[in-house]
Amino acid sequence: MRKERSYEDMTHLYGRIWILSALGMIFAYPIVTCIYYGAWPGIGPVLKGLLGVAPIFWTVGLIEVLTFVPMLGTAGSYLAFVTGNLTNLKVPAALTAMDNAGVKPGSEEGEVISTIAVATSSIVTTIVIALGVAMLVPLTPVLDNPAVKPAFDNILPSLFGALAVVYVSKNWKISIAPLVFMVVLFLLVPSLSSSVGVLVPVGALIAIGSARFLYKKGML
Amino acid sequence: MKFQPNSTILFVLAGLVILFVIAQSVFFLVRAYRRGTTLGIEKGQMTKTIISTAVFTLAPAVSILLGVITLSKFLGLPLPWLRLSVIGAITYELPAATSTANALGISLSQTVTDPKVYTAICWVMTLGIFPGLIWVPLFIKKIQGGLMKIKNKDSKWGDLFMTAMFLGMISAFLGMVFADIRQGLKGWIPIFVLLFSALLMGICGLLIKKCGCKWLENYALPISMLGAMIFAAFITPMIGG
Repeated sequence: MRKERSYEDMTHLYGRIWILSALGMIFAYPIVTCIYYGAWPGIGPVLKGLLGVAPIFWTVGLIEVLTFVPMLGTAGSYLAFVTGNLTNLKVPAALTAMDNAGVKPGSEEGEVISTIAVATSSIVTTIVIALGVAMLVPLTPVLDNPAVKPAFDNILPSLFGALAVVYVSKNWKISIAPLVFMVVLFLLVPSLSSSVGVLVPVGALIAIGSARFLYKKGML
Repeated sequence: MKFQPNSTILFVLAGLVILFVIAQSVFFLVRAYRRGTTLGIEKGQMTKTIISTAVFTLAPAVSILLGVITLSKFLGLPLPWLRLSVIGAITYELPAATSTANALGISLSQTVTDPKVYTAICWVMTLGIFPGLIWVPLFIKKIQGGLMKIKNKDSKWGDLFMTAMFLGMISAFLGMVFADIRQGLKGWIPIFVLLFSALLMGICGLLIKKCGCKWLENYALPISMLGAMIFAAFITPMIGG
């Protein structure tokens, strides 16, 4: 008799089908454009352009998978990596939703709440951007207004300030080491802010190390 | 066929991919909702999650839209619309476009009119990020298996491990806020904004705990975030940023 697949197995199956189809769709854009306009760029220019970004993007991509999969859960990961904007949107959305619902990442309930949060966030983002694109002419003067610019320039401190209160206050002992390290590092090398993605796992490793130390000492 | 970065065909192409991704999101949303019902999670809780996430998403979504507008000045609308709705982020797409333009020796100060330059940028953007979509199906089971092992061995340490990972991410972004303080008072603006956001979150926390405003639980993050963004718009001209 065939073994019945569990919900988790089916999530992996559907996830793979969707993510690989999405991959095909994403490649369709450059392929169809090249065919339609008869304008293949040639390998040289693409390789040259790629050389400037691929080493860092591919590394950060791998790091993001290792770091965010445990937080997002199965379906959340299959979805979030297709829809993008992980650090500034999907990960905080999923974690805040799980925190508010009182469920833990990695649990069955956490999987449900995280998936609902990532899916909702993806749908809302897509709709807002589509509406914005449709109404670009009347919206541009509002969004390009110099008075509005500082608000959006500071979206990351606005997000992480609030998140820090929730998570750092609950786990301040674990937070001290990675926080001190990062503040000192950015004070010494300000130019690193353009590659903050690479520093996320560094922060995570320091936090895990310090948590392990404190846990072994019985301080957590 | 004369090339135009805002042509109908490109809008149709981008629109189709975006529709596909919306379908994927709806599929997983419905599936998770049904699973939640089976697991006995209250429908009210799931609805609350949907509403509060939607509210929280609005400000970052508008910020992403600003990225679309920035890129559209030289790439037309369809490509940035696609890339920032699906898979990408401005932090990836802008360097990808710049790197290709530099490699081809052209300037990104005006709209691209050469179809070969346009398709080269399309390919660099696509090839630059696509591995993420391969890593997930390739490694997800291994990563989750590793985590399960940690949890089964010691569940308290398993929870601490997850918390520590997220704290590591928060620390990196909190540290980044301090990068510009050598520029004088102007460089302190992100820190003031961060502290203001933290203050608002603290006030929300007090209202929830001491005054019984339970409804605020789901909106504390968007309120703090939007409040801090408005604060940034006020203090920046005063400080002269």
